[in-house]
Amino acid sequence: MAKRTRNPEPLDSGSGANAPSRNDIEISSVPLIADPSGALYWPEHGILAVADLHLEKGSSYAARGQMLPPYDTAATLARLARLIAQYAPRAVIALGDSFHDRKGPARLLDGDRASLTALQRGRDWIWITGNHDPEPAENVGGVFQETMQVGALTFRHLPTGAAHEVCGHLHPVARVSHRGRAVRRRCFAADATRMVMPAFGAFTGGLNVRDAAFADLFGTLSFTAHMLGTDRLYAFSAKRCLAD
Amino acid sequence: MQTELLPENFAQWFASRGWTPRAHQLDLLTKAKAGRSALLIAPTGGGKTLAGFLPSLVELSGNSAPRSKKLVSTGSHIRREGGLHTLYISPLKALAVDIARNLETPVREMKLPIRLETRTGDTPASKRQRQRRDPLDILLTTPEQLALLLASADAPFLFGSLRRVVLDELHSLVLSKRGDLLSLGMARLFQLAPQMTTVGLSATVAEPDELCRFLVPQPLEGQASADLVIAQAGAQPDVSMLDTQARLPWAGHSARHALQEIYGLIERHKTTLIFVNTRSQAEFTFQSLWGINDDNLAIALHHGSLDVAQRRKVEDAMSAGKLRAVVCTSSLDLGVDWGDVDLVINIGAPKGSSRLMQRVGRSNHRYDEPSKAVLVPANRFEVLECRAAIDAVAANAQDTPPLRTGALDVLCQHILGRAVGEPFHSDELFAEVRSAAPYASLTRTDFDDAVDFVATGGYALKAYERFAKIRQTKDGKWRVTHPRVAQRYRMNIGTIVEADMLKVRLMRSRRGGSKMIQRGGRVLGQVEEYFVEMLSVGDTFVFAGEILRYEALVGSEVYVSRSSDPDPKVPAYEGGKFPLSTYLAARVRGILADPAAWRALPDQVREWLEIQAWRSLLPPAGDLLVETFPRGGNHYLVCYPFEGRLAHQTLGMLLTRRLERAGLRPLGFVANEYALAVWGLRDLGLSIARQQLSLNDLFAEDMLGDDLEEWLAESALMKRTFRSCAIIAGLIERRFPGEEKSRRQVTMSTDLIYDVLRKHQPDHILLRAARADAATGLLDIKRLAEMLSRIQGRIVHKSLDHVSPLAVPVMLEIGRETVYGEASDTLLAEAADELVKEAMS
Repeated sequence: MAKRTRNPEPLDSGSGANAPSRNDIEISSVPLIADPSGALYWPEHGILAVADLHLEKGSSYAARGQMLPPYDTAATLARLARLIAQYAPRAVIALGDSFHDRKGPARLLDGDRASLTALQRGRDWIWITGNHDPEPAENVGGVFQETMQVGALTFRHLPTGAAHEVCGHLHPVARVSHRGRAVRRRCFAADATRMVMPAFGAFTGGLNVRDAAFADLFGTLSFTAHMLGTDRLYAFSAKRCLAD
Repeated sequence: MQTELLPENFAQWFASRGWTPRAHQLDLLTKAKAGRSALLIAPTGGGKTLAGFLPSLVELSGNSAPRSKKLVSTGSHIRREGGLHTLYISPLKALAVDIARNLETPVREMKLPIRLETRTGDTPASKRQRQRRDPLDILLTTPEQLALLLASADAPFLFGSLRRVVLDELHSLVLSKRGDLLSLGMARLFQLAPQMTTVGLSATVAEPDELCRFLVPQPLEGQASADLVIAQAGAQPDVSMLDTQARLPWAGHSARHALQEIYGLIERHKTTLIFVNTRSQAEFTFQSLWGINDDNLAIALHHGSLDVAQRRKVEDAMSAGKLRAVVCTSSLDLGVDWGDVDLVINIGAPKGSSRLMQRVGRSNHRYDEPSKAVLVPANRFEVLECRAAIDAVAANAQDTPPLRTGALDVLCQHILGRAVGEPFHSDELFAEVRSAAPYASLTRTDFDDAVDFVATGGYALKAYERFAKIRQTKDGKWRVTHPRVAQRYRMNIGTIVEADMLKVRLMRSRRGGSKMIQRGGRVLGQVEEYFVEMLSVGDTFVFAGEILRYEALVGSEVYVSRSSDPDPKVPAYEGGKFPLSTYLAARVRGILADPAAWRALPDQVREWLEIQAWRSLLPPAGDLLVETFPRGGNHYLVCYPFEGRLAHQTLGMLLTRRLERAGLRPLGFVANEYALAVWGLRDLGLSIARQQLSLNDLFAEDMLGDDLEEWLAESALMKRTFRSCAIIAGLIERRFPGEEKSRRQVTMSTDLIYDVLRKHQPDHILLRAARADAATGLLDIKRLAEMLSRIQGRIVHKSLDHVSPLAVPVMLEIGRETVYGEASDTLLAEAADELVKEAMS
């Protein structure tokens, strides 16, 4: 039953030196780098954005009697730390639903709180409020805002459908099939002027881009799903993606 | 002798039916009188069930005192009296119902003062309550229902007076985690009712001693066993291989070549049971037989994915003698007795000698006449396997697997159930659990970890103390912290974690070509979710005896329409695969190595082996033959371990990793039950000849170290294994009060949990449980390990110019089998690059 195929050639051997990297995405003519880890970097302003961290999701379930591992916050912050080390951003925007519930900030373990503080040192940290965390929280540093306007772009949690918007909330994932097998991955869903970022949290699931919510948002299926690979993105037209 | 044991009314009843009590039935009465537990091994049709119940019926027949007074005042409080006398546990709900019906006959005809009922998932709530308030004499139920009953405050009252437990089809129950759960439930029963004895009913097994231990509490030191009663064997079965006139296929499992001959056999017999190994084979065979069914013989289909109502219909028609043949899978390995079957046909590989004997026993339940079976191999290798199986049956050689080591996830579930029933002391529960045979060697560390898991998740990071589900109070006992915990336990009990199943609905016709899917429509059955994940809208596949077109997935339901496509596009719908037993594998290797044994094989097969011996070689029975040859620009390495597809698949994954590290650039592999083929761009034969590649190193046992660990990190099979452990242990709940979590959500979150847990606490109890499962389950690592150790220094390499006859079957699987691997990034890249090509041309 098992057959594994491997492509021995480097995958991007075809692209010329000056061709844009596959991880470049333009929104409203603003050049951005979409990192395969699911974060977005804006070189011009030194901004790193991540959506839907859902910190303390494990403990949120535990409080309701399902003892999911208490390691999700540490795992999410560790991934974020690697990105911060790589891009050295001047500011980090967490695009809402940063905590899984209102009591999440209070449940942070000491070690995780310390890691968070360390990440915030020397840079601006903006917590965009989300539906899971609508109120500003104490002892988590940073500033709380409903939206954040930078240059041509607006960062907010809930997508409104307006142009020039980068948002989260929907946890987009895409599914494509090839040679009888399907692959399902988190993705950036974007058209020329709008983007929905993938959820970054270790315990976050996803909503298929073929769900009506995305068609409603983008008006049609004329948007692109930039699926997260191990070290690059793979772009597929939403029309080619499969429903779950 | 007989008169002493059997009361007059029973003797008369036997006589009125023209029966004499069989020796083993009387033996069980003797054991019961002596207060001994017993294992009865008897063929089907041997009056096994009656034997199991006879002691209870006899005891209860003397039970003349009216049992009306249930509440007795002791002055200080009220005591309830009169619990169950006999508990019967069956692996199948339908079997419990059937046995109850059969028991009612002697009870009615002898006017015995005995109340008996079944209790299953289908029993209405009011009846269940009544059964607890006012216990019956005999209750017939399943392992899951027993666990539920034990997890209630009523348990001591209900079971305190229990005299006997009858475990039916024990050989089957002990093979799975349900057997683990049952063993723990029995350990509890022995605490509540120390006076009780057990009776196990079983088909013949390789190691009856293990089942004997399962039936009684194990002491701290040494072992305890129930007595063994072996019924006189029935007549030696008449098993033969179909002597086909057609050309034997090189590969495949359809047995298409033999259909006409199978149809002829059906015509010549009264009722035929046709066993196949997978549901897709069942579907294919059923369809094809109807394609040539000129006489309109009543041929039906039965497999585990069909809708229950449809299965019941087939079973009823079968009992009523209305059917000429039923095509079925292991769904009919157990269960209801059908006296009229006069032929069993087994299509494909028999897989194991015991399994085959049990299937053969489904024909002719009249004890002293031989059962008749015909084996139909679907390809050349299966001819060898059938030959080996026929020899094994003739020698009455059993190859049932050894008794399981009790699973830790099941233990976790049980511990919570115990706390729900009544607070417990760790020391006492540990002793109780160890008295269950599968858990006899459980360590205190594993036990304490399981308790810790149940309480707060068992994490090294003690973050969840205040959310604990069970907590130790001042008296040292563990109790549940909230009634909600008990409610949720009851909703999530059980150890059967099916692959996520989706309902298949036949769509109502669309109005005026509307694109809207109309909800509702007839349910055809269920398919595994991962099968549906492979499908694209418009794909056609065979299911429930029809060719269907995949239309949509709505929620957790698959909508399909009937298709006129004569050639279904998606060939395989797998399900129910058993690996070739180690014993039969050894026999097959024996046949290959012994040219004298080839005389018993069909001409075509003998020629095939002779050419193989001439072109390449046939290795001695204990050796591993490795062939290398070029073909079509690729270089192939084919080996023949005969260890079953699952173990070969794992081996393939690990070999390709190693070859890649050695710079030999493997491209892919394919496995079947007998062989594994790996291919790549480099000439592996040359590398071996130049001593750049050592086969002994390539197949060294250390591949089960780091290579395995690395692969497990990303293996979808391992994630599936972990998921079922997480569900059984109660980390993930399938059902919440008031909401049904969608299964897709569950799947996803366990994958995420697996990743996080693996990184942060690799020795967590659930990862240990999953690894233990992987040893024997989907990855069959244990079997692979045994093979690697067996072939050390016994690898025979043959470098060839072209493909050998023995390699043809596995080579034919390339491109035919569903692709199943882990390299999903590669897939994404290919799909994306394909688009680029499309856009640029």
